[in-house]
Amino acid sequence: MRHQPAGLIDRTFPYWSLLPAVVVFIVLSLYPLLNLLMMSVSTYRFEGGVEHTTFDPMANLRYFGEDPGLRPAIVNTLIFVFVAVSLELAIGLALAITVSRVSRYKGLIRTLIILPILVPPVAIGSMWRLMYNYDFGVFNQFLSVFGLGPVNWLGDGRFALASVIMVDVWHWVPFIFLILFAAVEGLPSDVVEAARIDGARQAQVTRYIVLPLLRPAIAVAFTFRAILAFKTFDEVFLLTSGGPGTATELISLHLYKVFFAQNNLGYGAMLSVTVILMVVSFLLVSRRATQGGKEA
Amino acid sequence: MGRLSLFQRIFLAGTLAMVVGPFLWILMNSFKYQIDIYQGTWIFEPTLTSYMDVLFSRRSQFTNNLWNSVVVASISTIVALTLGTLCAYSLHRFRWSKWVSGGILAWLLLFHMIPVITLVGPWYLIFRHLGLYDTLTGLVLTHVTINLPMTIWLMMAFFAEVPKEMEEAAQVDGCTRVQAFTLVVLPVVVPGLIAAGVLSFVFSWNEFAIALNLTSRATATVPVGVAKFAQDFEIQHSQMAAASIVATIPAILIMFFGQRFVVRGLTLGSVK
Repeated sequence: MRHQPAGLIDRTFPYWSLLPAVVVFIVLSLYPLLNLLMMSVSTYRFEGGVEHTTFDPMANLRYFGEDPGLRPAIVNTLIFVFVAVSLELAIGLALAITVSRVSRYKGLIRTLIILPILVPPVAIGSMWRLMYNYDFGVFNQFLSVFGLGPVNWLGDGRFALASVIMVDVWHWVPFIFLILFAAVEGLPSDVVEAARIDGARQAQVTRYIVLPLLRPAIAVAFTFRAILAFKTFDEVFLLTSGGPGTATELISLHLYKVFFAQNNLGYGAMLSVTVILMVVSFLLVSRRATQGGKEA
Repeated sequence: MGRLSLFQRIFLAGTLAMVVGPFLWILMNSFKYQIDIYQGTWIFEPTLTSYMDVLFSRRSQFTNNLWNSVVVASISTIVALTLGTLCAYSLHRFRWSKWVSGGILAWLLLFHMIPVITLVGPWYLIFRHLGLYDTLTGLVLTHVTINLPMTIWLMMAFFAEVPKEMEEAAQVDGCTRVQAFTLVVLPVVVPGLIAAGVLSFVFSWNEFAIALNLTSRATATVPVGVAKFAQDFEIQHSQMAAASIVATIPAILIMFFGQRFVVRGLTLGSVK
């Protein structure tokens, strides 16, 4: 290779390589977020396509008390995140350990299991809506074989949230599986072998060797998944749009309605800021909790 | 490792059936006439009517949606990959002060946690001012923003695997810094580029909440189109099934080819 003197482009390489991404962040994430803060203390009115802004933090604050959908949305989101993520962790972990012990077709099984992550969430919502259908859905068909049902899976307030959680579990167990499977496969085999030579049974190896070693990966999977679960929007929008009543109203759906159905930008922004603070504080707490045992 | 117990075999078989079953059921229904769906028949005469209606009927916008999605997903992936890789390399290779590198990484983490729907409101207002509302450019910009954090993390993990000696040797041999990056380092991290590219593309292809609110009829993407089939006044269940299948195929094809790179990328990134 011919020797070239370091030109201007080369000397400034560290800067122009960093700059474009930073510009994108400032313009499209930092600025909108500051905008959101501004919006949260203002009221917006659209008149003839022109927006009128007035500084009025109290008006938005007052909406908190008057918004009947807010409480159910928060309660549902907490139930949704807690139940769905717990189920996904439990099933995903069991699946990762089981598949790692399979001797043949391991790759094929992995490929099949991760299929649901690839499907557009909207298509998942649409698929499950057909399967949950009261008149011809596959679930009620199965129930009728045993002389049971039919159940109004999405239309009955007693079952709707559980039905939505079920879809989420189907969608996201593969994700937990993928992370934990990689972790199980990466475990030091000599430790496991040593335990086995010392006479440990399979269940003991799992309980006392595999699970403790998997702890960091489980913590990572939990954190990632919890973040995503808080954001859930697409499937529920398709399945129930929050109904019946407010039975499956999640916080993201509620935000969408405040912003784009009620056009209440000021209150929507204040609610958004509140949600962001909730998510961040949840993560700080869970991070402290999960990092207790291991080195960061 | 050891063998599976009976219980584990049943668990595994049950899980596989639960994962694959819904796909098969929807696939089956997408080949039915509407009337066969209503009767819940399992034996029927297969037809391509639903696919024809979804793709070629005059009322359907689906081919238009497909084209928009291809454009948005491809361009946003290329841009996110370019910006993300450069940024990751700069952060990894050059001595930035703690304020710069720490600040950027902390912001990425914070931004990643924020529910997208909270930003759609401000984006909507900003884009209306800039004339980017209801354009594919606007949608591309938002998808680039969302995909950048993942791209940067993934590429930083891959850059960390490249021995520093390789670059130093290249520079001793007369390479400039840019040449050391493009000719020596970049070829080594191609698996990372593929992994990040696949993940960006699939994310952009599947993204719904932003597209729903920042596009209208002419600029709508596939997920918005799929949702439309479920929201029409008179729901066409067979078309819903067919549209879901069509929407799913590209992501699965791409992941099929990129799978081993993605799995490696996730392991590099998360287990560390």
